[in-house]
Amino acid sequence: MEIKRTSLNKLHQEHKAKFVEFAGYEMPIQYSKGIVEEHKFTRSNSGIFDVSHMGQLFIYGDDALTEDLEKIFPLDLKKLKLNSSKYSFLMNEDAGIYDDLIITKIEKGYLIILNAACKDNDFKILSNLLKDKYKMNLDEEKSLIAIQGPKSADILDSILSGVSQLNFMNGNWFEYKNQKVFITRSGYTGEDGFEASIPNEFAEEFTKKLIENGALLIGLGARDTLRLEAGLCLYGHELGIDKTPIEANLKWAISKERIVNGGFIGSDKIINQIKEGTNQIRVGIKPEGRLIAREKTKVFNESELVIGEITSGTFGPSVSGPVAMGYVEKEFSKKDTKVFLEVRGKKHPANITGLPFYKKSYVKGATK
Amino acid sequence: MSDVKYSKEHEWIKIEGDVGTIGITKHATEMLGDIVFVELPDVGSSVEKDGNAGVVESTKAASDVFTPISGEVMENNQSIVENPGKINSDPENEAWFFKLKIKDKNELDSLMNKDEYDKFANESDS
Repeated sequence: MEIKRTSLNKLHQEHKAKFVEFAGYEMPIQYSKGIVEEHKFTRSNSGIFDVSHMGQLFIYGDDALTEDLEKIFPLDLKKLKLNSSKYSFLMNEDAGIYDDLIITKIEKGYLIILNAACKDNDFKILSNLLKDKYKMNLDEEKSLIAIQGPKSADILDSILSGVSQLNFMNGNWFEYKNQKVFITRSGYTGEDGFEASIPNEFAEEFTKKLIENGALLIGLGARDTLRLEAGLCLYGHELGIDKTPIEANLKWAISKERIVNGGFIGSDKIINQIKEGTNQIRVGIKPEGRLIAREKTKVFNESELVIGEITSGTFGPSVSGPVAMGYVEKEFSKKDTKVFLEVRGKKHPANITGLPFYKKSYVKGATK
Repeated sequence: MSDVKYSKEHEWIKIEGDVGTIGITKHATEMLGDIVFVELPDVGSSVEKDGNAGVVESTKAASDVFTPISGEVMENNQSIVENPGKINSDPENEAWFFKLKIKDKNELDSLMNKDEYDKFANESDS
């Protein structure tokens, strides 16, 4: 299959990106400054992330669509206000996760942001479940650009006046050069920020405008260290078909009303796991010293028995030390439990820790 | 008189008498990205030419360090363990990895000089 490129590919090249293939796309892993500086810049200033490889699925329909989607997603969609967003999952009957996603109520339907590697499969699953009753468009004509970090609101507001008024997990339409741009206040870095869905032809000049106003392009490498410090899951690592939202410690994302009444795919398993508990659960793991424990590192207890595995691990530039997440058996999941990580044949001490590693500074209300 | 030679694994070795000081090249650090962790061979241990002699980790991945020649480790550089970022800023000078007592000077013949290495690094880049 031929590798796909986003509308910002040329701009990435001009900014000396190092590219990697990710989910069939040629994506920038870093630019000339490198991951650590890009990470720190996002935390202190404003970083631009090309996430156009992610799926933007528009589904159009009325109340019947809302009812049908409630049979799929563990959300109280009837109560979801126009332009509000929720984090959720597409699951199978065993509550195994096909994908994690953000769903936003828009006029005449919903916009669902899907992971790049999952989007085609998600589309098939959803078309089947909805029996082709509704118009569905996995939109390839639009780019998706995330702007993250404390100065993002001011920078974006100078281009699209009014965006800084948006509440967290809320969106609206704005106009850029007579083009409709959908902006949501959201992101995946642990910082205040926005995601802009913009027609492909305007993506490059829009991004250049952001750069002129002081933001910098940031690669997928720093996106990974940022989300890991923020304790956020990445599909294919913390999440997969062999994991449920309860095991992933994401119960907060399931609407309370739906836990009581069920009626969505996987609800029996979810309700049962909430009642009975799970064997394993996602935790934060902090290695002692500077040792980095990567994905697939085995986790041992003090009696040298395997109790789990790391799903993501790296060096956290803002916490100036190694950080990891993984799954461990429930009885070893308490904060401050001492565990051991096997790296290159040797066992190194680590501690179970709360998440996030880096405290979020999301904006709850409007800033101006 | 000192002499610097280079390996295909992107290590440099500075030779002073029968002592070799070993580190990784600037080209290697550019390929690795930001280095955030380093593991060095223990003082007193023996290392074999082209064998493992430590690990460097960037934010992205772990990479083995190989020794370009055999010998006994006399000293390792604790300052890069404390501050791995030094390897990115001064790889071919202050951020040396370890010093060894050279076992067999004939092993040096298989290594490249500066010009040969620069050419090799440029070619392996493209």
